Amino acid sequence: MSALKSIFGKDVDTTSSTYLGKPTSRVDGPAKVTGGAKYAAEFNVPNLLYGYIVSSGAARGTIKSINTAEVEKVSGVVKVLTHENAPKTAYLDSSHRDQLASSGGAPFRPLYKAELEYSSQPVALVIADTFEAARYAASLVKVEYEVAPHETDLRANMGKAHPPTVTRTGYVSAPKKPRGNPEGAYDAAAHKVDVEYSQPIEFHMPMESYASTVAYGEDGKLTIYQKTQGVQNCQEYVCSVFGLSSSDVQVISPYMGGGFGSGLRPTYDIYLSVLAATALRRSVRVSMTRQQMFSFSHRPEAIQQFKLAANSDGMLDAVTHTAIEETSQNEEYLETVVNWSGLLYNCPNVMLSHQLVNLDLASPADMRAPGAVTGLYAYECAIDELAYEAKLDPLAFREKNYAEKDQNEGKLFSSKELREAYRQAAEKFGWSGRPLEPRSMKKGSDLIGWGMASGSWEASQGKAAAKLVLTPDGKLVVSSATSDIGTGTYTVMTMIAAEFSGVAIENVTFELGDSSMVYAPVEGGSWTVSSVGSAVKTVCQELRDRLFKLAGKVDGTPLGDTKIGDVTFANGAMHVTGNPVKNVTYAEALKAGKIDKLELDTTELPQLAKQATHALYSHSAVFAEVSVDEDLGTIHVTRVVSAIAGGRILNPKTARSQIMGAIVWGISMALEEEGMLDDKVGRFMNHNYAEYHIPVNADIHDIDVIFVPEHDEVVNPLGAKGLGEIGIVGVAAAVTNAIWHATGRRVRSLPVTLDKLL
Amino acid sequence: MNAFSESDTAGGSTMTALPGKSPVKLTINGESTTVEVAPWTTLLDLLREYLDLTGTKKGCDHGQCGSCTVLVDGKRVNSCLTLAIMKDGSEITTIEGLTGKDGALHPMQQAFVDCDAFQCGYCTPGQICSAVGMIKEGHAHSDDEIREGMSGNLCRCGAYPHILNAIKQAYAATEKRTAA
Repeated sequence: MSALKSIFGKDVDTTSSTYLGKPTSRVDGPAKVTGGAKYAAEFNVPNLLYGYIVSSGAARGTIKSINTAEVEKVSGVVKVLTHENAPKTAYLDSSHRDQLASSGGAPFRPLYKAELEYSSQPVALVIADTFEAARYAASLVKVEYEVAPHETDLRANMGKAHPPTVTRTGYVSAPKKPRGNPEGAYDAAAHKVDVEYSQPIEFHMPMESYASTVAYGEDGKLTIYQKTQGVQNCQEYVCSVFGLSSSDVQVISPYMGGGFGSGLRPTYDIYLSVLAATALRRSVRVSMTRQQMFSFSHRPEAIQQFKLAANSDGMLDAVTHTAIEETSQNEEYLETVVNWSGLLYNCPNVMLSHQLVNLDLASPADMRAPGAVTGLYAYECAIDELAYEAKLDPLAFREKNYAEKDQNEGKLFSSKELREAYRQAAEKFGWSGRPLEPRSMKKGSDLIGWGMASGSWEASQGKAAAKLVLTPDGKLVVSSATSDIGTGTYTVMTMIAAEFSGVAIENVTFELGDSSMVYAPVEGGSWTVSSVGSAVKTVCQELRDRLFKLAGKVDGTPLGDTKIGDVTFANGAMHVTGNPVKNVTYAEALKAGKIDKLELDTTELPQLAKQATHALYSHSAVFAEVSVDEDLGTIHVTRVVSAIAGGRILNPKTARSQIMGAIVWGISMALEEEGMLDDKVGRFMNHNYAEYHIPVNADIHDIDVIFVPEHDEVVNPLGAKGLGEIGIVGVAAAVTNAIWHATGRRVRSLPVTLDKLL
Repeated sequence: MNAFSESDTAGGSTMTALPGKSPVKLTINGESTTVEVAPWTTLLDLLREYLDLTGTKKGCDHGQCGSCTVLVDGKRVNSCLTLAIMKDGSEITTIEGLTGKDGALHPMQQAFVDCDAFQCGYCTPGQICSAVGMIKEGHAHSDDEIREGMSGNLCRCGAYPHILNAIKQAYAATEKRTAA
């Protein structure tokens, strides 16, 4: 990449980077393709016991009795834990709240009381010396319930909707007052839509089930190999819930078989494994079954109402957006759903409302682009409807109403190359050849449709730390207690460290996933590169300062009195820029300073003063092509082009994979995913991979990812906005809009299945 | 098989005895071994829990996701739906066995790294074993054939297009080698 013209009109020199911006294969790739990468249930510590979870058969009521007589007769069974005999954990709800819990909630506690909170919650843990014995014995546990009435149907309980009463980190409430006069503007407008969209419960469904292997040390210390997106969040939780000292609990998670948000908060397997290990003073593993993966978190069901209006020139003039989501009885799960509708397009009259209905279900949880994916799916479909009312091409309508600033907050964007994203994606897709009217394109017996949508996600940064160790052999080890959930953290942090330390990349190792490492926030929300990456950059820059000072101690230093600004740090040596012969190697500098091992750590804080004056967001422009069999209603997404304005792209190879995977998620959301409740029993019916559908290889066709150059000096020291979420936002809308263009049918509930088209 | 009998007594109470173990002879990744297994132990659990070959993954334990795919006598199978005792005398190849003794990656493993055909890596051993098995079946002649033949292996990270590319790369490498 050569010099780019930035929006600030300055040339950004990217030619000088050695590693950043260059496609780089995953450093953990060989471990993952050979089976060498170890996941939580694969740490086979000696004398391990296996815990098998028994799940509740009722949603509401109390456990009358648990008969374990037959269970305890099974040879190999060591213990059956239930609410009747499990040691009591911390009394206060506040002790059970992890970093991401809503304020004021009462997080679920397994095996704590006879009262039930939701169907499929754990009610017993059978612990045996083999997995098979535990599984068999668990089938013999007889639970009797005093069943009470439950409510799991969101639509039937809409009357109970209420505004959130608590707060949560990262949640932005809907603006309390309307902007302008949305009702008056709507009534007076030339073009209007008044529509309702609904989205079912969806499940994260990472391929690896949650698992916790607790190695019980001779000194009573716990080493917990845990599937999680936040080792330190888990460690704090375990210490708080079980009253343990932080020096006695270490949580380790070098690899994670997919998270997507499900592992941001501690899951009930860690509670149960620690409960068993501390009660029995033995090492214990607890793994969830695939069925149990449907029993602790989900993207909440949402029903959304819109009243949108445009004037006769096609200018957006009124937006009213109300979203009603479900949450559990014990916690108010909060995600930002409606604010996007006041942000994405320019509009003088806006009213937004976000409400909750408490149901007898497990608490929902953040799931890839939480809130944005829900709000913008529906909004971008409704905007498509309004564009057609105004007889405008949907892309032209969006360009006409382009937001130059964040009207929710009255701030300018730190950078926003969405217009360029529209242009590049539309050109690649061939959008200009699209007929406006639906049912205009056919191929054999298939109707063809083209749809598009935009997306947005916040580019946030949190506090994070990084530590480095440089040894005289020239090897650099950098660490931070973050995670790599498949996003490429190991690789990108290695690249950042190599780039800013001047150590060749093959001599750099990045370590993560250990609660004893320096502080990192949970791995989620697309903020790991901005948070941990910035800390890695800073500590590596501090390393260069230290090494430069040490170089002054080298006898007759070849650097002479050269200023640091005129020194190049590369390949493990410092040289006068332009004269590589005059150099001091890092090893020589360490030797001169009589240092065996150079250790540095730093904590990086977001530059809030700088950031607060701007709106920080990434954007996407998504175009999709579908073919729909006119007789059978079968739908195929044949082509997707997505252009991403996500700041600086540090590793184009893994970045592309992340966006591509998110597009697969969007297709899945549009056509396949649906958690189906049997409201009579308050339980999910399709709790397995055969019945909860996600795409297979044959469902996925051409996916094209474009990264639009975007320079940003405000968002964080790296200028990278993070890519975990933005790729999915808007995809389901683009697909749904394409289905309308193919068939002339507006399907306003996900997933769009063939029965809704016939 | 009469798996359960109330025969053991311990401390005066009647215990439910578990099924006894039988010897099963297997060749795993080229090494011949005899293991004592209970009849209810799946090939997957045998590998992961008893032999510490944790490269083979458990995704669903119901034959729905393909994460546990291994090669049994050269054919790809879901090891979670296979009782170990049924495979007496078989040759098993797991992901660990595809790597050369010198640590050199199998062309399919290398292609997965080159094409970034995974993210979290959990379905990957199953994808790779499945791909090797599919090529052997002679079902890798077109993109559609590969997509269809690989549709028993779920990837929640959504790496499917890159998995397709990797298989094409490895297949081309194999063809080239065969031709030469």
